[in-house]
Amino acid sequence: MLTFTLRRVLISIPTLLVIAFAIFMLLELAPGDPTAQLPLTIPPEVREQIRQSLGLGEPLPVRFGKWLIQFFWVEPLHIINGIFGTDFAEGAQRVLSWQTRSPVMDIVWQRMPQTLWVVGMSYIVGVAIALPIGIYSAYKQYSVFDQAGTFVSMIGYSVPPFFSGVLVIVIFSVKLGWFPSIYDTTHVVNDWDSFVVQLRQMIMPVMVLALQTTAQISRFMRASMLDNLGQDYVRTARAKGMSERSVVLRHTLRNSMIPVVTVIALGVPGIFGGAIITEQVFKVNGIGQLLITAIQANDLPMVQTLTFIFAILIVLFNLIADVLYGVLDPRIRYD
Amino acid sequence: MTDRAEDAPVAGHEETPVAANPVQAAQPQNVSHGSRSQWLDVWDQFRTHKGALAGAGFFVFILLAVTLGPYLWIYDPTYIDIRARNTGISLAHPLGADQLGRDMLARMIAGGRTSVSVGVTAMALALFLGTLIGVLAGYFRKLDGPLMRFTDLFLALPLLPLLLVMVLLFRETLSANFGPETGIFLLIVVGIGVTSWMPTARIVRGDVLALKEREFVLAARSIGTPDRRMITRHILPNVLSPIMVSATLGIANAIITESALSFLGLGFPPDYPTWGRLLYDATDYLQQYPERVIWPGAAISLTVLSVNYIGDGLRDALDPRIRGR
Repeated sequence: MLTFTLRRVLISIPTLLVIAFAIFMLLELAPGDPTAQLPLTIPPEVREQIRQSLGLGEPLPVRFGKWLIQFFWVEPLHIINGIFGTDFAEGAQRVLSWQTRSPVMDIVWQRMPQTLWVVGMSYIVGVAIALPIGIYSAYKQYSVFDQAGTFVSMIGYSVPPFFSGVLVIVIFSVKLGWFPSIYDTTHVVNDWDSFVVQLRQMIMPVMVLALQTTAQISRFMRASMLDNLGQDYVRTARAKGMSERSVVLRHTLRNSMIPVVTVIALGVPGIFGGAIITEQVFKVNGIGQLLITAIQANDLPMVQTLTFIFAILIVLFNLIADVLYGVLDPRIRYD
Repeated sequence: MTDRAEDAPVAGHEETPVAANPVQAAQPQNVSHGSRSQWLDVWDQFRTHKGALAGAGFFVFILLAVTLGPYLWIYDPTYIDIRARNTGISLAHPLGADQLGRDMLARMIAGGRTSVSVGVTAMALALFLGTLIGVLAGYFRKLDGPLMRFTDLFLALPLLPLLLVMVLLFRETLSANFGPETGIFLLIVVGIGVTSWMPTARIVRGDVLALKEREFVLAARSIGTPDRRMITRHILPNVLSPIMVSATLGIANAIITESALSFLGLGFPPDYPTWGRLLYDATDYLQQYPERVIWPGAAISLTVLSVNYIGDGLRDALDPRIRGR
């Protein structure tokens, strides 16, 4: 198992490097000059100095190498500094945002909690709703509940979050006035009343994102349960006179969870992508909104770093899914 | 549909002699079975899936509406009638008019035209790339490793952020070269196509690998069929069904992605309506005129829903193991 895990980790390093290079090259090919927005009265030599200070002007491989060092060496050291109060890599050049001239990772850390709260909570809620629905609709296949579940998950697949989000705003905040339509990130939770306010503003974005998750996971859960319910060992368990409850929830469910767990792990990076849109709808100033504003402001270091963070998430969760699959099902270890 | 309706009574009529004289009458019955094509069987199975049938009906309706609509409803989607602005549902404007007094129905038709054509074109591109890479990887053993690593790499890319970056970076160059509308259309179609071929490639590769071991391929090879004809005559027709299913999913995916881009303000220019753009524009007037959000949103959702149902029905209909039942 250890060799399998190690090999998977080693494969993901070149993958990440190639992705980093692809993102770098894509931004490199892009037309447009970061100093184009500056006044025309700036003399050309000063303009050239500004370009140098933005880290441009050097040959391409040098810049790529520098960015890699900054991202994989300097930034992690700064994270360690933040945690343990040490002073590694003090004064080393960090990845700077062109918009604010402050380190990109500092801004990312400021925005991360909002995204994690909304996205993470929605994923947990979505999975928590999806699993029972999937189990029950497989157990009562073709029942009214199953048909309704299929229909709802079809809707979850088909209604994009930028419509479902706007729709719940129309219904629950414009017509009924139950929830606020804008997510207030400066809100501090310190007592019961402020907790209720936080809960009320979180419900809509969380439910919109959770609908998507529920639609996918519940279908997987159902299919996986159906595969297992027809197996011989289930019949054996019934023949032994076990209660339905323990046949379904202990024997079948445990085996059915194996593929579902990996699907859940694989879905995590996707939900960050979905968060880009949902954050835009509910005006949550998280990572997705940061990416959109950076793209609109042509802030290439920020865009590059954020895109690469998304890529790391995808590779990381693919790795987790693979390893989990091996841990849960000993038949598919390749060592 | 009409073919089948005519076919059924004939087949029923010929069954009577079978009971009377089994030896002789077996022949005509066999002939009538032989004349039934595979696609009639598929259609028969497809018809039993009610959701798929309804979905197909709705999708045909949308296609007709966006192609024939401009001839029936001859309002110009960009014509500004400032006195009609923000009017609700009326006889002159069945879906109302927007903040500049442009007719919403005409804009919906024009927007649908763009959205559906982006969906279909991007799907075709993704299918082409996916089938090409899948067949090459499955058929030629040497290409399998590199091409599949390439596919894995694409699957690990953060697609929506990259798509946003691509649109941002190349919008102006392409607009300058091809004109604002064609340029952005090309950019979005190529962007969506290039970022969504991977599932098709994987499925096609798997099927080709399995097909390659079958006897008819061996037979074809033994009479000296060259690789090119082998792929076009023997492999491709047999991987058609997974390709068709992923075509439907591809349309759904492309329509949603295009609308998402337009919704984020990085899609088509403002004066060029698409469903996503209409939705985006209408969110500013959400409080006063919520119905303007509903029209494009419902159009996107229902189209995608119908396409998904078609895919669901097609998957069942094209699977010969299910079709028999």
